Amino acid sequence: MEGSPLAVDIVFQLGSVPISRAVVTTWAIMAVLFVFLSIALRRPVAKAGPVQAALEIVVTTIAAQLREILGRDPWPFLPLLGSLFIFLVLANLAAILPGATPPTGHIETPAALALIVFLSVHFFGIRARGGWQYLRHYAEPNLFLLPLNILSELTRTFSLMIRLFGNMMSHEFVIAIVVFLAGLLVPIPFLLLGILIGIIQAYIFTVLATVYIAAAVGAVEA
Amino acid sequence: MENLVEVVSILGAVVAVSFGAIMPAFSEGRAIAAAMEAIARQPEAAGTLSRTLFVGLAMIETMAIYCLVIALLLLYANPFTG
Repeated sequence: MEGSPLAVDIVFQLGSVPISRAVVTTWAIMAVLFVFLSIALRRPVAKAGPVQAALEIVVTTIAAQLREILGRDPWPFLPLLGSLFIFLVLANLAAILPGATPPTGHIETPAALALIVFLSVHFFGIRARGGWQYLRHYAEPNLFLLPLNILSELTRTFSLMIRLFGNMMSHEFVIAIVVFLAGLLVPIPFLLLGILIGIIQAYIFTVLATVYIAAAVGAVEA
Repeated sequence: MENLVEVVSILGAVVAVSFGAIMPAFSEGRAIAAAMEAIARQPEAAGTLSRTLFVGLAMIETMAIYCLVIALLLLYANPFTG
């Protein structure tokens, strides 16, 4: 077993920019999603065929889950949170394809996603409540809690990033160790566990992002 | 001993992972037991309970993951070795 789980493996150079395997996987996922969805939904009809019906089930299930957490109309939030969930599921499950590495197992992708969540929390909060009202909720219930509220804003974004990164990276690392120790067939249960972990982590990331947005728009206290 | 930093780093990684696993394991066990009890008492609330349980477990597990990340940093990306 060579190399550290934190190292980046470079596939090729694009000009002077090194392109890592995780970036290639990310773009492959985006291309597959884009091509598949634009073909499957080229002509949406009211009496849906099998593919369109399956996609509609996915969307309405996510919308129902979001409605339960947000306690309000989920459709303004669905483009962000739904695509976050679908991308995370595909990205976490990329580990089972040979040659692909889950982009969430390197710190850059979780960092970018957590930054998106961090910015969109403020975007939705200001849009729902107005700027002054939104800023005032940091000083609630008491002005003394203002530093703590701001600190928790930063630390929860950081922990969102580290949670996803740590889970996916450690899982990859465990599989590497098991392959190194025991070769054939023994890693298969760990790969199965990896599918479960990948889906649960995608779910948790999305649910936490939803909870943060719900707190910002003022549906629940958190 | 010129490789003292490496030795101490490995020991630090071991201590971080082992002690960092104890308390999250305990508290996850308690959380799951409480959720089980609540579901047994009120099966119709199972959806809400399990969603809250998953989010809570993720929060608890983050502590263990932090320790793991620190241990891996010590082993593979140690800033104090050359």
